Amino acid sequence: MSRILKYRELLLVAIIVVLIAVFSYRAPSFASPESLANVFNDTSILMILALGQMAVILTKSIDLSVAANLSFTGMAIAMMNAAYPQIPLPLLVGMAMGIGAFLGAINGFMVWKIGIPSIVATLGTLTIYRGMAFVLSGGAWVNQTQMTPAFLNTPRVVALGLPLLGWTAILAIAIISLVFTRTVFGRSLYAAGGNPTAALYAGIDVGRTRFFAFVLSGGLAGLCGYLWVSRYAVAYVDIAAGFELDTVAACVIGGISTLGGIGSVAGAILGALFLGVIKNALPVINVSPFWQMAISGFVIIVAVLFNARQEKRKGRLILRDAVKHRPALAGAPVEGAAA
Amino acid sequence: MSTLTLEKQPIRHIPDKLSTPAGRIFGSWEALLAAVAIAIFIANSLASPHFLDPWNLSDATYNFTEKAMIAFAMTLLIISGEIDLSVAAIIALASTAMGAAAQAGFQTPALVGVGLGVGLLCGAFNGVLVARIGLPSIVVTIGTMSLFRGIAQIVLGDQAYGGYPASFAWFGQGYMSDFSWWPTLPGFEVVTFEMVAFVVIALAFGILLHWTVFGRWIYAIGNNAFAAQFSGIPVQRTKFALFLMTGLMSGFAAVCLTSRLSSTRHTIAAGWELEVVTMAVLGGVSILGGSGTIPGVVLAAIVMGLVTFGLGLLNVPGIVMSIFIGLLLILVIALPIVFRRIRSRTAA
Amino acid sequence: MSVVQAVPETQIPLLEMRGISKSFPGVKALDHVDVTLYPGTVTALIGENGAGKSTLVKILTGIYQPDDGEIVVDGVPRHFANAEAAIRSGITAIHQETVLFDELSVAENIFLGHAPRNRLGLVNWAAMNARAAALLTSIDAPISPYTRLKDLSIAQRHLVAIARALSVEARVVIMDEPTAALSYKEVEDLFRIIERLKNQGKAILFISHKFEEVYEIAERFVVFRDGRSIGSGLLSRTGQDEIVRMMVGRSVEHVFPKVDVMIGETVLKVSGYSHPTEFDDISFDLRRGEILGLYGLVGAGRSEFCQALFGITRPSAGAIELEGRRITIRSPADAIAAGIVYVPEERGRHGAVLQMPIFQNISMATLGRTTRAGFLRQAEEFALARRYAERLDLRAAALSVPVGTLSGGNQQKVVIGKWLAAKPKVIILDEPTKGIDIGSKAAVHAFMSELAGEGLSVIMVSSELPEILGMSDRVLVMREGRMAGLWERGALDAETLVRAATGNI
Repeated sequence: MSRILKYRELLLVAIIVVLIAVFSYRAPSFASPESLANVFNDTSILMILALGQMAVILTKSIDLSVAANLSFTGMAIAMMNAAYPQIPLPLLVGMAMGIGAFLGAINGFMVWKIGIPSIVATLGTLTIYRGMAFVLSGGAWVNQTQMTPAFLNTPRVVALGLPLLGWTAILAIAIISLVFTRTVFGRSLYAAGGNPTAALYAGIDVGRTRFFAFVLSGGLAGLCGYLWVSRYAVAYVDIAAGFELDTVAACVIGGISTLGGIGSVAGAILGALFLGVIKNALPVINVSPFWQMAISGFVIIVAVLFNARQEKRKGRLILRDAVKHRPALAGAPVEGAAA
Repeated sequence: MSTLTLEKQPIRHIPDKLSTPAGRIFGSWEALLAAVAIAIFIANSLASPHFLDPWNLSDATYNFTEKAMIAFAMTLLIISGEIDLSVAAIIALASTAMGAAAQAGFQTPALVGVGLGVGLLCGAFNGVLVARIGLPSIVVTIGTMSLFRGIAQIVLGDQAYGGYPASFAWFGQGYMSDFSWWPTLPGFEVVTFEMVAFVVIALAFGILLHWTVFGRWIYAIGNNAFAAQFSGIPVQRTKFALFLMTGLMSGFAAVCLTSRLSSTRHTIAAGWELEVVTMAVLGGVSILGGSGTIPGVVLAAIVMGLVTFGLGLLNVPGIVMSIFIGLLLILVIALPIVFRRIRSRTAA
Repeated sequence: MSVVQAVPETQIPLLEMRGISKSFPGVKALDHVDVTLYPGTVTALIGENGAGKSTLVKILTGIYQPDDGEIVVDGVPRHFANAEAAIRSGITAIHQETVLFDELSVAENIFLGHAPRNRLGLVNWAAMNARAAALLTSIDAPISPYTRLKDLSIAQRHLVAIARALSVEARVVIMDEPTAALSYKEVEDLFRIIERLKNQGKAILFISHKFEEVYEIAERFVVFRDGRSIGSGLLSRTGQDEIVRMMVGRSVEHVFPKVDVMIGETVLKVSGYSHPTEFDDISFDLRRGEILGLYGLVGAGRSEFCQALFGITRPSAGAIELEGRRITIRSPADAIAAGIVYVPEERGRHGAVLQMPIFQNISMATLGRTTRAGFLRQAEEFALARRYAERLDLRAAALSVPVGTLSGGNQQKVVIGKWLAAKPKVIILDEPTKGIDIGSKAAVHAFMSELAGEGLSVIMVSSELPEILGMSDRVLVMREGRMAGLWERGALDAETLVRAATGNI
């Protein structure tokens, strides 16, 4: 199974290691286990969202509404917690995922049943979901003081050197890996994006697969709504503004093809970690955080260029076949050339 | 069983067109948009006594003129099957460059040159990546969207540029009546420079798209890039030119917007890419490429301007307006599809 | 060597299609056809391109739903709402172009949609790989189940497709032109597999228009023509002539009204044209008024060569002389300017812009002539379009209707009209009559003769032997990217060409 560790993933691991080495040369504490655990923890939300985005991109679609979904769900859950502190946390988290999945299902429905291109549908819901967060809250913030301690602190509980937030990401990665490699739905994602016509012949409903990819992306965005609000201890309309681009960037950097059907969970996670390392390293090496946006833009372009080189279609290999078959047909002279 | 005869048939005459021009015009998307515009206009004038004031109306045009300038170029780009999501980021970068040039003491003509130049460069950058190297435009322009605005952010941080020369303010705030040759007829005194620019640019893009060979190429490429290539049309060069135009128009919009606001922050024109795309799609441009008209987009710009102005008069906050824009975007795409499906079902 | 058993007519059918009809806008693809398949029997479905064979396959596999008629499996009427339903009824197909997934492994390509699962309902990769390996061994295919499909050759992909068909509990196996891209040896291998399937009692629908193969492997036949089932029965009691008559409904001379014309001096001289991966060392002369047939198997590099000649791709070596002058073609615009035009095989993809009106399609390559200073002049565009539409006897309601609303034959006329408007010296027609109805086909052939008579030089790519034999003044055969021979009209016979094309000399 050496194919699992493809060139792309190894390359990304190498780049991340080199980056960490370079940064720790400037600031030695950066490479300490605690610091690296912190980077991982800090990137957890991006990793989880990137997994959802990956499912959608595998089916040849895109979900630009994830951050708006996160914002709305985060606001809804925070307000719920503030208004009804007695609701237990697991129920709240379940509700967050449910609301998120519902918003994702709206996207999926438009793409599947109405046939709206995903980029347009989710550009539309991006503004709508965030606008709804405003309507819901009236523009007000939900502050730390209004949230219950369990709501705020559970993701911060440290187990084995890593906060529960980080463990949540690990759990999500494990479950999603299992889903993508071992379930019919997971394999359908690859088939539906890789060759929709062939998928149809294989009895796979491409539209339905796409719908559930959006539901998954939405559900994970809902989960991240809770994680984000508890991590930053505040909910307001503009949280995670523009974060949808980071999720796309993580996927593109991780080698998930925007043409569909190609990519691995490891790639998406490494893509997210790459962005996380840069984000966390900038203040450490005294570079203004204002550099981050330009860097991720630059990296997206480099990654797309890199992906395109790998995807580039060669000419049909008609002649190579000729070479391969020649021995079997040896002694077949070309005759009758009249001209 | 011999249906096969090869004798010369008498030449069969084929008419040029089927339906009458009147039927085509009344059944069109543009007619629907015009009706919607008139309805909103009437509703607005009933809802608020301030709506019909000429100076108010003149002010209201600012909420669509700059976006529409980009939308016209974007229309051509979308018809050709591509998209540019980096337009708002180009405005941010061009505006930042103009701010820096103004700080360095450059005067108005140079500032305009800088704005347009940065726009062209950004457009060329997108164009090279998409048309020359062949990358998908959605992902590329999501990347350049971060890159261009990111560079503006690096330069500006949380600061702002101001201190533009006084004469620079004219592009976004000036009236045509500042010119002595402008007629002094009633109503003409409220005409702004941007309104004239809007009309001129609309005409230019309308002529280019509908009356020239270049325009025909755009439709052919958007409907079937392979067949266009197989017909000898320079597909990649055409697309490159369209990215250049979109960049140039973004640069020009940056000149107008910066002049109007007389300051530059890194969040300038945030979210405009969405409104520009919405404007084009509302104007009847197919997001999948191949169809759309400039008159449609002109009407869509006016409809969106009227809606925004009307909601503003009713004190609806901006973010709630954006819900309407988002809904509008989805509805205008979904409704034709749904109607077509219902019609084909009843026909069957 | 073939085992032709007389299958008693009383044998119980495994699958019956009765009175199946299917229409598409402008075309009646199938008109009350009947097909019956028996267990342990290979039934050949014979018909020209466009006779409705592919539509039938799509209905049988649940991709299309018939407008009328019924499908009966084991005496029970069935309705296949989708591909999955057909698979569940034990019907599986190996398609013309092996439609599989490049990025997935061989094992997964075989089991996608019905992968073995463990007790938790998860995909059992170990079992899947083991079963894939066993299946591949059973058909003597030395392919690792772990390989990614994109690393396989065309013949190997074919074996994977067969393994996929066998991986389901299939009772009916449809093989749609399975031998089109295979070498002689690979065809032999395929036939061994088919014999084995037959012995397992499966019913096989074998689609081919190579009579030699049909008579070797099949017991029964059904002939389609223009969307109708013309005849069926036992091959052992039916001669080849009779089947040809059923297929075409007339003798070959009438279909290919090649008129002898004066062949003039050399117009185009191609020498040593080569491409890194697609074709190598192609050389020939083309004379005024000549029709040069370009024959070969699907995937022999004919279209690729023609596209290089037209400037779509660039050759790595070789030279072109047009009317004695050396020219370089870097783009289609160069080719058009020089007088070389190309009517592509895939009409809807490369030929016409289906959404745009007829007159805009006809003027597309010659817009310079209907404009002034870059501005379009509609009246002249209509005049130009009318000239060629009427000359080609185009059937359309108006010149402003989209090309997509026309029938295949009329779409082809629009594409040809576009190129005639460019006043070419050399016209390359790539499978000019593929998928168009018989009437339009004859019209295209007649027109080709007419063009040649007017001094135009024609290169005609075709996979249909009768067309090649009937229309060509000379025939160039390509095999696996190389020239396999060049024959004058007088020296032509079907067997020679097939042998040259398959390398089975």
